Amino acid sequence: MNRIEIRLKAGQPDVRGQGLVKDILDLGIRGVTDVRVDDIYWLDADLKPADLEIICFRLLSDPIVNDYEYDAPPPSPKKGTFTVEVAYNAGVVDPVEQSVLKAIEDLGYTGVRAVKTAKRYIIEGKISKKDLELACSRLLVNPIIQHAIVGEQFAFPRPPEYVFKLETVNITKDPDVLKKRFGFTEDEAKTILAYYKKLKKSPTDAELETIAQTWSEHCVHKTFRGKINFNGEIINNLLKTTIMKATRALNKPWCLSVFLDNSGVIEFDDKYAVCFKVETHNHPSAVEPYGGAATGIGGVVRDPLGTGLGSKPICNTDVFCFGPPDMDYDKLPPGVLHPRRVFKGVRAGVADYGNRLGIPTLNGAILFDERYVGNPLVYCGTVGLMPKEHAMRGQQKPGDVVVVVGGQTGRDGIHGVNFASEELTDKSTTVSFTSVQIGNAIVEKKVIDTLLQARDRGLYDRITDVGGGGLSSAVGEMGSDTGVKVDLDKVPLKYAGLNYSEIWISESQERMILAVPREKADELLKLFAAEDVEASIIGEFTNDKRLQLFYKGHRVADVAMEFLHEGWPQIERTATWSAQKPVAVRPVEPKDFAEPLLKILGSWNVCSKEWVIRQYDHEVQGASVLKPLVGEKNDGPGDASIIRPRLDSDKGLIVSSGINTRYGDLDAYWMACSVIDEALRQVVAVGGNLDRVALLDNFCWGNTGRPEVLGALVRAAQACHDMSMAYGIPFISGKDSLNNEFRAGETVIGIPHTLLVSAMGVMPDVNRAISMDFKKAGNLIYILGGTYDELGGSEYYALHKLTGGNVPVVDPVTAKEQMIKLSKAMSKGLVKSCHDCSDGGLGVAVAEMAFAGGLGASINLKDVPYGEEVYRDDIVLFSESNSRFLVEVEPAKQAKFEIAMRGTTFGRIGEVTASPQLLINGAKKTGKVAVADLKEAWQRPLRW
Amino acid sequence: MVNIVKPRTLIIRAPGTNCNVETAFAFEKAGALTTTVHVNQLIRGEYRLSDFQIMVLPGGFSYGDDIGAGKVLANELSLKLGEGLEKFTKSGGLIIGICNGFQVMVKAGLLPEPFAKKGLKVTLTNNDSGRFECRWAYLASNPKSPCIFTKGIERMYLPVAHGEGKIAFDGVLPEKNEALYYVDVSGNRNPGYPANPNGSIRDIAGVCDSTGRIFALMPHPERHILKTQHPRWTRNEGSANGDGFRIFQNAVNCAAGL
Repeated sequence: MNRIEIRLKAGQPDVRGQGLVKDILDLGIRGVTDVRVDDIYWLDADLKPADLEIICFRLLSDPIVNDYEYDAPPPSPKKGTFTVEVAYNAGVVDPVEQSVLKAIEDLGYTGVRAVKTAKRYIIEGKISKKDLELACSRLLVNPIIQHAIVGEQFAFPRPPEYVFKLETVNITKDPDVLKKRFGFTEDEAKTILAYYKKLKKSPTDAELETIAQTWSEHCVHKTFRGKINFNGEIINNLLKTTIMKATRALNKPWCLSVFLDNSGVIEFDDKYAVCFKVETHNHPSAVEPYGGAATGIGGVVRDPLGTGLGSKPICNTDVFCFGPPDMDYDKLPPGVLHPRRVFKGVRAGVADYGNRLGIPTLNGAILFDERYVGNPLVYCGTVGLMPKEHAMRGQQKPGDVVVVVGGQTGRDGIHGVNFASEELTDKSTTVSFTSVQIGNAIVEKKVIDTLLQARDRGLYDRITDVGGGGLSSAVGEMGSDTGVKVDLDKVPLKYAGLNYSEIWISESQERMILAVPREKADELLKLFAAEDVEASIIGEFTNDKRLQLFYKGHRVADVAMEFLHEGWPQIERTATWSAQKPVAVRPVEPKDFAEPLLKILGSWNVCSKEWVIRQYDHEVQGASVLKPLVGEKNDGPGDASIIRPRLDSDKGLIVSSGINTRYGDLDAYWMACSVIDEALRQVVAVGGNLDRVALLDNFCWGNTGRPEVLGALVRAAQACHDMSMAYGIPFISGKDSLNNEFRAGETVIGIPHTLLVSAMGVMPDVNRAISMDFKKAGNLIYILGGTYDELGGSEYYALHKLTGGNVPVVDPVTAKEQMIKLSKAMSKGLVKSCHDCSDGGLGVAVAEMAFAGGLGASINLKDVPYGEEVYRDDIVLFSESNSRFLVEVEPAKQAKFEIAMRGTTFGRIGEVTASPQLLINGAKKTGKVAVADLKEAWQRPLRW
Repeated sequence: MVNIVKPRTLIIRAPGTNCNVETAFAFEKAGALTTTVHVNQLIRGEYRLSDFQIMVLPGGFSYGDDIGAGKVLANELSLKLGEGLEKFTKSGGLIIGICNGFQVMVKAGLLPEPFAKKGLKVTLTNNDSGRFECRWAYLASNPKSPCIFTKGIERMYLPVAHGEGKIAFDGVLPEKNEALYYVDVSGNRNPGYPANPNGSIRDIAGVCDSTGRIFALMPHPERHILKTQHPRWTRNEGSANGDGFRIFQNAVNCAAGL
């Protein structure tokens, strides 16, 4: 074994170390003055010093900034410093191993068997042993994947060879095993017992694992497809009777493939189609934020890639929900990572993976609520583009071979789907480690590059991604209408020692499954080999409608597809809901407008997310038309983002999202209506229209075993149906993640009801796009839509720690009419800027437009169309009534604009000013605040 | 009418390259004939460098930037294609590297002077901010540089998106090799962070060799060849073609002998 150390030369700034100094200070540990980070490589090889010299000089070090050393004992720590070395656990595949091995081979050395890396942290300053341990456990070592090492303890693990032994499970003798080991419910266990009794045989472990994966909440959505007794009304399949029902009724001819493939597909233009999918990766991100979030983005990218016959990923979205970053460590439940660490880790995971794939991250949101502290939410979405002829899901023929391409299979993520569907506990960070996967973005990038070539050459009949449940779900589902035989020993492995069941259910990343006509298999395998992407034939589709698994010729599973896919007992659940009268609450009227406005702009939910956005590459692929940050300094909060999927065409695609959890505390129905309205508002605000917009739903809910929690889910799904019908906008895909709650001892924290609605809209001409920043002094400011006493769940009430109040409702008929008229006015060039009025209401919206444009504004609250008897300035300024826009219009276009909007509710409330201040004229008083102060309040919180 | 032969442009991609499509689009728009090939195809001899006039190393994360940005691909190019590259540069071929391509080129020894046995070494290392950053940067070209790619261009506004873009050397880089600088909005030198997004010594954003035919830069000219790519086009800023387009036109014109 050879050991190499790479260090920065004295005098070179250590940016990784400086980042850690900050992070350690974030932990409340003072006294650390410097951190240096060294890289350590272990080579499983017996290289001579001369060879190591070349490897160090030419490859592993950068001679301008690095020093190196090989086969020397680790340096003894300097006085006043502490040294911690951190290595990956056995079984965790080192992310850089393959590249290092390749590069060493390029140098001409073939004798290196394996490579492992580690990091040494040299911490300088005054720090107690206790604080050092704290820094280690909170920052440097995540025990899920890493451990601290001392001196020469390191060794290359030699996994034991697996010796085949077929395991059958005697379920008649020990029926409890079905529940305890495989996680089946009582009803499912009964169904399985009866089925095998009829067959007069005992199941193998692989059969039961397959059934467990296939029947998991994550795969079949038992709750959404179950029977729900909702206040006495029986709902048979919530999804079909609400969201899908609306889509079917709307029956849009441009909806090409909805609710049946890995993502929803709509027509983009004559030649191309676009598809969109949003997924969650919550539980893995709770225990290993970086890896969990990275594999979240990696996973969702494979959905469009595995849609139709494959699409090219062109844009990512991400939405996160965390605990507040300034939460007291004392208030943290045991076993939970601090929200700041989760936030930083998730951000880094999404950025590192998404940036490496070369997919721009263009849209997103970040929400904070204490109830997410043990169960953060990580939503990742991907849009794909494909020629229309590849939009429809393929169909394999019996005789087609099963090919797995991409990553090798290891123990990653075993039982991930069951983990995803269960509640998290304070033990999750120690017991669920096999469920967390480490991603390798470049493997996925290579898969994308080669797959699209194979698609264009027509080398396969059907494709799907390998996600939750591993091969068992991917192959099992694809083979459901034909039958399939798989030789598990043909699956390429990362390391030896996996048994056949582990191979079958492993959730290793970056894998896709293809159904390939036998005569094309050679060409396909050659194509993948040419770009160093692993591709292996692992089985064959049959016509017997059975799933048969083999390991070195031994049959290890044989299940009828019908039982596997249709045999699960429909669950029956109770849901309740009762209309609550709003609790009347009201804060004391503020002395001036500036103070609450500055505070709301500086709240975690509203404040600038530039720190996150800048670390994502939102320009790659060159398609951005409206970026996430807009305005005179490129730092204002844009509404939706717009891309130009084809660089040679002016047709655009608008991507937006709506999410607001506080409304859900009051009424999940109106929350769902509000977030749909918000997503659509954003599409319209940037110059789009409602002609071709498609929606996605992503429900993250607490424990739906609780009737009131399930009742809220039913209400939200009903709202989706109603809004979809009223707006005439179909949902095309969706996903649910249920049982998001965290248990620490006796305390259970359920997450707030969280519905993310994502929208994509086709824009006829990107040259018509409108940004939200004020453009010119003297222009008029309008508010469209009525303002009501709707402060329930608002930022203003949150500031006053008030719960209750009226939840914002939506009148989709009026709202739709207004949106259509606004779109028309925009297409005639009557609008200079437009901003969606949402969190923080009119006050926040006008402030954002002003500082994004580097201009001031003067507004009169009395001119805001207001629909209540009791008037208060603060209600008008901070109400979060839906369906409202702020619009800037040139004085010369005033008459034309007002004619265009005739018949809708709107008010001319003021004008853009050159003097850089926001002047708010209320009925009782006048407020004045410098735009620079507003901007500073908004930018300060996340200037990390 | 003069029949101009389109210059043949080779765009090399490797695992993790991710800007090849828009780079090819930019060259095509400028009048080049582009061929995008995997580095394996070059190594296997399916394509020959000598059949092309322009060679491009586009942006991305070649081999994941494992070990260091561009390092693994740089190693591969210099060990497996060194001879062909040397011939290509000696016969007057043009080479441009963008972002990761720049990182690859300095680490493969193609810049500041290709195949110099001795002399100054240049590298690109971690940004001073310690972060990957995607933002727009004002640039000014060095009038004393022989760079053919920046010929006639005084100023540009282009996006950067990188974590390892800080230039560093083990000596002094001759001024003629400094092709492009980060400047402030008015074009002044020494703009400070974030106008210089990475802390590059002397605010260097791009470097060329002494012939001016080998050039690389951290900013992405291929991401600003259309009006709507400018971050403030909705405020009527920017030009119809985008500031980056001239780089590609210059390359094409030079290769076409115009």
